[in-house]
Formats: sequence, C-alpha cells, structure tokens
Amino acid sequence: MADIQQLSVRATTIEKEPKKMHLARREAIAAYLFISPWIVGFVLFLLAPVAISLYASFTRWTLIGPPPRWVGFENFEQIFTRDRYFWSSIRITLEFILLTLPPGLILGLSLALLLNQKVRGIRLFRTIFYIPAVVSGVAVSILWLNLLNSEVGAVNQILRSLGVVDPPNWLNSTQWVRPAVAIMSLWGVGGTAVIYLAGLQNIPIHLYEAAEIDGASSWQAFWKITLPLISPTLFFMLITGLIASFQVFTPALILGTGTGGFFSPSPELRFYLVHLYTVAFREGKLGTASALAWIFIILSGIVTLGVYYISEKWVYYEESGVNNDTKT
Amino acid sequence: MTQKLSAVPLWQDRRFRGAIFNFFIYAILIAVGAIILLPLSWMLTAALRGEGETVFTVPTSWFPTESFHFENFARILTYESYPLWRPTLNTLFLVTLNVIGTVLSNSLIAFAFARLRFPGRDLLFRIIVFTMLLPGAALLIPSFLLFNQLGWYGTYYPLWVPAFFGNAWSIFITRQYMRSFPRDLDDAARIDGCGYFGIYRHIILPMSKPVLTVLAVFTIVGVWNDFTGPLIYLSNSDQFTLAIALDYFRRSAFSTMSVNTTNLVMAASLLSVLPILILYFFLQEYLIGGIASVGLKG
Repeated sequence: MADIQQLSVRATTIEKEPKKMHLARREAIAAYLFISPWIVGFVLFLLAPVAISLYASFTRWTLIGPPPRWVGFENFEQIFTRDRYFWSSIRITLEFILLTLPPGLILGLSLALLLNQKVRGIRLFRTIFYIPAVVSGVAVSILWLNLLNSEVGAVNQILRSLGVVDPPNWLNSTQWVRPAVAIMSLWGVGGTAVIYLAGLQNIPIHLYEAAEIDGASSWQAFWKITLPLISPTLFFMLITGLIASFQVFTPALILGTGTGGFFSPSPELRFYLVHLYTVAFREGKLGTASALAWIFIILSGIVTLGVYYISEKWVYYEESGVNNDTKT
Repeated sequence: MTQKLSAVPLWQDRRFRGAIFNFFIYAILIAVGAIILLPLSWMLTAALRGEGETVFTVPTSWFPTESFHFENFARILTYESYPLWRPTLNTLFLVTLNVIGTVLSNSLIAFAFARLRFPGRDLLFRIIVFTMLLPGAALLIPSFLLFNQLGWYGTYYPLWVPAFFGNAWSIFITRQYMRSFPRDLDDAARIDGCGYFGIYRHIILPMSKPVLTVLAVFTIVGVWNDFTGPLIYLSNSDQFTLAIALDYFRRSAFSTMSVNTTNLVMAASLLSVLPILILYFFLQEYLIGGIASVGLKG
C-alpha cells in the first residue's frame, strides 16, 4: 500500500516535471515560429545585403559587364583622392544642414508651442500644419519648380510686389538653388511640430502651476521648464534631422535636373545620396557606390554617437528611462 | 463697470490681455496656415486651367475662380502618349500587397515579443532596436546588389516582398502596444483551450486594431509616395508607379506636348496628392498619433 502510494507520488512528480518543461519548450517553439519572418528577413534583407555590399566595396563591380574583380582599397582611395564630387557632395550636404537644420528645429518647436495654445479651432490648424508631411515629394517638388520660376513664379511675384527689384533666379542660379531647396523643405517643417507637440503635452501641468505661484514669468517658465523637459525630443529631432539631411534625394533629383537630361542632377544639387545614386546608376559603378554607402553607414554611426555623447551634457532626462517606455 | 475700469487700467486687465494674446496667436496660426495651403490651392487653380490658358497669371491667382476644366483629370488618366491610369493601378497594387504584408508580419512578430517567453527574446529585441538606427538610404545600394543578384531587377518583387518579413520600427511600436494588455487575457484564453495562435488570432489581434491601423496608414502613405524604390528597380514605363510616372509625365510633357501643359502636369500632381490628403483627413489621428509616439520613444 505504502509502496503504491509512494509510487504514485513519484509518478506524478515525474509526470509533472517534463510537462512543465514541455510547456516552456512549446512556448519557445511557438514564439520562434511567430518571429521566423523577422529572422528570415533580417538575414536575407539586412545581413546579406550589408555583407554583399561590404565585399562589393572592395571590388570593381559594374552594373553591366564583367563579373566583380577584387581591387582592395582602390574604391576608397579613388573616392578620397580622385573623386571630385565626393568632397563637394559632403560640403554641399553640410551647407544644406546649416541652412535647414537650425531654422527647422527653431520653427518646428515654435509651431509646436503655437499649437499647444488652448484656443478654439486649434485642431484644424494642427491638421493643416501636418499636410506637407503626407503629400508626395515628387508632386511637391514639381509644384515648387513652378512656384520658384524666376520670371512668372508666385514667389518672385510676391518679392517684386514687396519692392525687391531683382529677385533671385532660384533654380537657374548656382547661388540660389540650394536656398530654394531649403525653402521647399522648410515648407514641410509642420510635420516635425507634431512630434514636439507630443513632447510638450507630456510635460506635467503642475510644474507650470508651481512656477506661476512662485511668480515666474512665462518667459522664465519656457527657459526653466519647457526647454529642459523638451530637450530629449529636441535631441531626437537633431539626430534624425542630421541623418535625414544626408538623405536629401527626391527634391534634388527633380529640381536639380530641371528640364534637362533624364535624372542627371546638376552639380550644385549633388548631395551625398544624389552623388551615390549617380555613381551607381548613371555611371554603373556599383563597387564605388558600395564604398560610398559604407562611408555613409560609418558616418551616420559617428554622428549619432557623437551627438549622443555631447547631449549627455545638456539633455535632461527626467528619471532615466522614463522616455524609453512610453505607451503608444 | 466704471469702478472696475478705474481700478485696473485696460492694458492690465487680464481679460483684455488674454484677448490681445489670442489675437496674436490666431494671426500667426492663420499666416502659417496660409503659407502651407496657398501653394496647394495654386496647384488646384493651375490644374483647372483650360488648354491655351496661361497658368502663370500676373498677379498670381491663388484660388480657382474663373476656369474649372475638370476634364483635365480625365485627360491625364487617358493621355495618348502616356496615360496615367496604369501607374495609378500599379501603385494601388503595390500599396495593397505592402499593407497586407506589413500588418500580417509585424503583428505576428510583435505578438511573440510582447506576449510569449522564449530564450534570446531580449537579445533579439535589442537587435531590432539597433537596426532602427540604420538610415534607410544606407541600404539602398546593398539591397540593390542583392535583388539584382536574385534577378529581381525590373520586377515588382523588391518593392513588396520585404514587407512580408517585418520591419524594425513597426515591430517596435506594435510590441509596445501589445504589451499594454493584461496578462490574464492570455491565461483565460489558454484555460478555454486556445493555442498560441488562437490567443493571437482571437484575443490580441482584435485588440490591436488601433496600432495596426497606424501601420497600415503609414504603409499606404509611404508606398504611395515612394520615389526611390520604383526609380531604382523598375525599368519599363508600363510598370511605373504614380510617383515616377508623374516625373516622367512632366518631362515628356515638356518635350513633346504642346507649348504650355503646366495645367496638365499640375492635374497629374494633384492626382497623386489628393487620395492621400483624403485618407489623411479621415485617419489623421492615427497618423499624427503614430508620428508622435516615434518622437517620444527618444
């Protein structure tokens, strides 16, 4: 009897243990089945291309023609020493960043502050401000191509009526073509305002109430409360803005080609990505283009880390981690 | 009344100052709103101009007041040398496949990361977050090399197949959303005899509709407006999507059509802008909410 009891006890423990393990294993197997598309995609569409392009950057690899041939560091050497467009594309891109990023950050935050006012009909304005962010870049570029027409375009008509005797030639001027693209991209700055707005609305109201009780002016409240608490968002926008500026492409390709050849950009608008595209698909040098892509990957990594390092000094995180887990 | 006025000068009265403040707020709001809307209104005005009419009037006409040639839209859709109905259908085809792929794959993947326990989960998720930092343009040439090797150049495959394999950003926001539901739901479903797929299909998926709508709307807008992808992978003008067809149309309009075809080019631009605008007006909460959550994750 006792034996049987003992036996049954042992039987249940034996049975229970594997069942529990079995359950955890079943859950793991199920989970891996669920995420299998990502694993396949990660290997196939991310690791594989990155590996191929790393290899390609050390080869002479052409769009059409002989199979790739190993050339060592020749592509990089060529880019850094003999490619006359490489340095100019970096310079043009940096200049464009200076032209668009500071005004973009300031305008975006100002619009967000404006949208944060509790006045009637504010949602309608939010809807309007965000429109440029959803419309096609090609259509917008073609639209501005017409608005910026130096003789009959609307922009210069406005300038003339304001008394500007000799308004810029915009797209036909080597000097004004980049400011023209900058104006176009600043037209879409309302898209970023929405992100700042979410940051502003996350600031607890009691901080402002406390400041008001202490007799702080709204100007002081902005510098002491709003700006520090919005700094993580500003920092995020700075990084994404920097990296986005290196990816200016559609407007440059459409405004820059004007009515000339099919997708052959003018030198003034040969931004980094435009240069990369031209090398790859107009000149068919995929090896060199891969090297350019890798330079870009490394550069954006450095920029992200660098800005991150600098930001430690001035970005204020209310209890570290509070921003990492915001529920959607 | 008089007593109050004598007690507090008008410029110090709280209500008066509030009214002045509001006046300035509205003035700036309207000015910015006008800067955004007027170019689009000009696009419409130009698109409705008749043949031979000048689009560039002096002074600029910002609003359609005299010409209403709505037949321009029919004309560009069936234009002899390059009808735009075909690119429109091509774009819709790609949008549909991408939406299906995105919603399906990311909901499955995010479900596992949000609701299941498995070895390596946190490490894999960290990899996903890390890949979010990789700028899209960096993969332009690498992906081209791969798809070219696969013989996918000149086909639609590079433009929709990857959508079925998840995307870091989409996995991230979907997982965050799915994590917010109480754990008891899964346990209750399991007691009722649901398997893991059953929990996904019958409990989590229906509850995740808002976040999946965000994914769908972003996919629609992104694919509809995508210029770079189709530009690189499509070779035949029969395959073109609206974004590149629009530029193609503009260039051929300039070289082969009659002297002034800006009205038709603007009608074509409007064709590519209008469906997205309509979608935006109806689903803006999802779009703006989604954008905002990206910013907050910091």
